Amino acid sequence: MIEVTNLTKNYNGFCAVDKIDFKVEKGEILGLLGPNGAGKTTTLRMLTGFFEPSSGNIEIKGLKIPEDTLEIKKLIGYLPESAPLYHNMLVFDYLVYVAKIKGIEKDKIAGRLKELSSLCGLSEIMHRPVAELSKGLNQRVGLAHAMISDPEILILDEPTSGLDPNQIVEIRKIIKNIGREKTIILSTHILSEAEATCDRILIIDKGKIVADDTPENLKKSAKSESQITLSLHEADSNKALELLKSIDNKLIVEVEDSSDKDTISFKIITIGLDNPMKTIYLKIKETDWIISEFKKESQSLENIFHKLTTEDK
Amino acid sequence: MTQIKHIAIKEFKDYFTSPIAYIVISIFLIVTGWFFFSTFFIYDRASMRDFFLLLPTIFSFIIPAITMKLLSEEMNVGSYEILLTMPVSFTDIAIGKFLGATLFIGAMMVPTLLYPISISFIGELDLGPIVGGYIGTILLGSAYCAIGLFASSLTRNQIVAFIIGAAICFLLTIMDRLLFFIPGAFAPIIEYIGANSHFINISKGVIDTRDIIYFASVIFISIYGTYLVMKEKN
Repeated sequence: MIEVTNLTKNYNGFCAVDKIDFKVEKGEILGLLGPNGAGKTTTLRMLTGFFEPSSGNIEIKGLKIPEDTLEIKKLIGYLPESAPLYHNMLVFDYLVYVAKIKGIEKDKIAGRLKELSSLCGLSEIMHRPVAELSKGLNQRVGLAHAMISDPEILILDEPTSGLDPNQIVEIRKIIKNIGREKTIILSTHILSEAEATCDRILIIDKGKIVADDTPENLKKSAKSESQITLSLHEADSNKALELLKSIDNKLIVEVEDSSDKDTISFKIITIGLDNPMKTIYLKIKETDWIISEFKKESQSLENIFHKLTTEDK
Repeated sequence: MTQIKHIAIKEFKDYFTSPIAYIVISIFLIVTGWFFFSTFFIYDRASMRDFFLLLPTIFSFIIPAITMKLLSEEMNVGSYEILLTMPVSFTDIAIGKFLGATLFIGAMMVPTLLYPISISFIGELDLGPIVGGYIGTILLGSAYCAIGLFASSLTRNQIVAFIIGAAICFLLTIMDRLLFFIPGAFAPIIEYIGANSHFINISKGVIDTRDIIYFASVIFISIYGTYLVMKEKN
């Protein structure tokens, strides 16, 4: 459905998006994840034809940017970040204007607006000026704007930013629902959101793709790696270090500063070890040291994200 | 084509949903009405010549004021992104916005039709210069709208857009009065570039293709310039 190859965007010498490749299949919900300034918005803006790529190809249903930009714009519904709408118009007038521009037939506009107003919860605010709306309401109007022509592809830039928790749940439900038939690309920096709504996650950092997988697989790969904190009483630090290292040569052991003189703390990172807690415990049991702290950090998407986007490259 | 129509209608309506239209139209009518009628009875002539002579100067300030928001505001608020990601081309946007502003100028001129009507009650009015005057006004107004639109495409700051637009329009208006300082060989060229002499020709009731071509080229160059600026910006 969507194929991106070698996509690059430079602004005055600064490289915002650096040779990225990805594919999106029909009916897929793809999440673009990344810290601020990673290039998420720039990528989406290039997909929607707002920015022209510096180099690389974008192909959507066999149509190419920039040659067929006008055709592509007809296939896409786009919600820009923070939904900048026309402030001086009424919500109703605004949506009618958008419907006309998007080429919806005159006699179908009213029906479509009714559907959207119940889907996005707009019936109360149809007669209010856009400028008076709160951020969440504004976001809903933006969502209605994106969906008005019933497009095959929806591109949503931070669709839940500024919404209250109830609205977030609601919007996610809407996205999940539409996602059954439509292709959706959304960007977010909220991990739980990507986990809850997306079929696949792309993690972007400094303009490059650092991970591309389903949320389940990303979590699985995180599980094979675990971080353990261990504090020992009445132990010799060198001996303890040796002992720990002898368990497995893939073990990374770091001594941590401890406030208590008698206690030594270790941070242990294990890779691909089955039940590392058990192995370590059995080894320690052989000695007469006292374990004062022994816990496994839970690995979530947050850790993966943090790791992938803060590592020096 | 339909996209151009929708954009033009939206821009035209926008003027009337905000206070801009009412303020600008009132100021325009007060200023022209005062300057025209304060000398009208002294000259004791049933003609609108003095009214039309005022327009190039007044237009060079009023038109940039109404066109300054056309693109600057969209770029500043961010709705430019929404506009560009809808199925419209740069040409649709430029022409649509230009037509919206020109329609507004047309609407602004409607109340002044009362002048020739009331003058015709007190004297013999020659219809030729009046019709010519209004045709000239529309041509001049649309040319200045196109220039204002171009100025608006250059910056996201409306005040800067106004100053650039007013400077270009005012320069075109006073150009034929600067001929005095210009070496003889260049004088005809400069006179041709200035808008005033073309407008005066038409408002005398003489409709010459040279003048029409002049205004058409100003409109074309400015809209094409707007198109190039928008294309360059993304």
